[in-house]
Amino acid sequence: MNRETFKRAFTDSLPVMAGYIVLGTGFGILLSAKGYSFWWALLMSVTIYAGSMQYVGVDLLAGGASAVSTALMTLAVNARHVFYGISMIGKYRDMGWRKWYAAFGLTDETYSLVCGEPDLPDGVKPSDYYLLLTLMNQCYWIVGSLAGAILGNAVSFNSAGIDFSMTALFVTIFVEQWEKNRQHFPALFGLLVSLACLVIFGADRFMVPAMAIIGIGLLLFRTIGRRQSKNG
Amino acid sequence: MDSYGHSLMLIAIMAGITMLLRFLPFFLFSRKTPELVLYLGRVLPYSVIALLVVYCLRGTDLAGSTHGLPEMISVLAVLLLHKWRHNTLLSVLGGTFCYMLLVQSVFG
Repeated sequence: MNRETFKRAFTDSLPVMAGYIVLGTGFGILLSAKGYSFWWALLMSVTIYAGSMQYVGVDLLAGGASAVSTALMTLAVNARHVFYGISMIGKYRDMGWRKWYAAFGLTDETYSLVCGEPDLPDGVKPSDYYLLLTLMNQCYWIVGSLAGAILGNAVSFNSAGIDFSMTALFVTIFVEQWEKNRQHFPALFGLLVSLACLVIFGADRFMVPAMAIIGIGLLLFRTIGRRQSKNG
Repeated sequence: MDSYGHSLMLIAIMAGITMLLRFLPFFLFSRKTPELVLYLGRVLPYSVIALLVVYCLRGTDLAGSTHGLPEMISVLAVLLLHKWRHNTLLSVLGGTFCYMLLVQSVFG
């Protein structure tokens, strides 16, 4: 693991650092407000490490939810992670043991950083880079959630709207990918299907149908494309 | 069961299922990856980033008092900033500052 890899991973992780410390702090504050000590925040951020699920988890814990409803909720909220894994199989293949930590830490934000083509210079070893980036992001998340749980509501600062940093990060990645790729069908298709599903199924239920339609649609697109190139 | 025990069990369930979902593709396809899955792996990132943008904005209330204007203006600000400098940190900080200003002061 060399200096250059470390430097590159750290630089690339900066946009997530800001967002994770803030969102993690929000989670810690919520959990401590329900009467759970900072050990619980630490435990959840180390073992679950999934932002929106941990927010939902605060309510599940505080409300004493049943095991079955917790399991179903987790499946629904985190089903999208299967998609992330599928797109990283190729890149994470030769990582050895590091692959399992990189897979464990494949959150929305980490995925958004690693899913593109990071054009790494020669001195940067991809497997170390992916491992470090994943680890740094989880550290930010843990630091944020501990800060929130320990400081609680002691700090008063109007943070309304700060969660927009995640939206902004995804928008910049959308632009980067758009400019690097001449084939815009997958991006446009994903956008239209997601918007349509949001309108039809509503904010709480649109993810799973949207993912199913995107998956099937992309496969069909390939089949049609192949048939055309065979006939033409 | 006491409530601490119950909370621990719920955390174990959330952690276990999340891990399972994240490991699943690697368990299933780590030896030999079918070509269709590799193809999906190549094109999915483009669709999924679009899906994530929509996911982040899912709470936007177009019929509400702000008509989704803070969201639209701030997304536009991120797009313009990024087209201009191509600096992710600048685009993220600028867009977030713009959004916070709008929801706290202008539309607050």
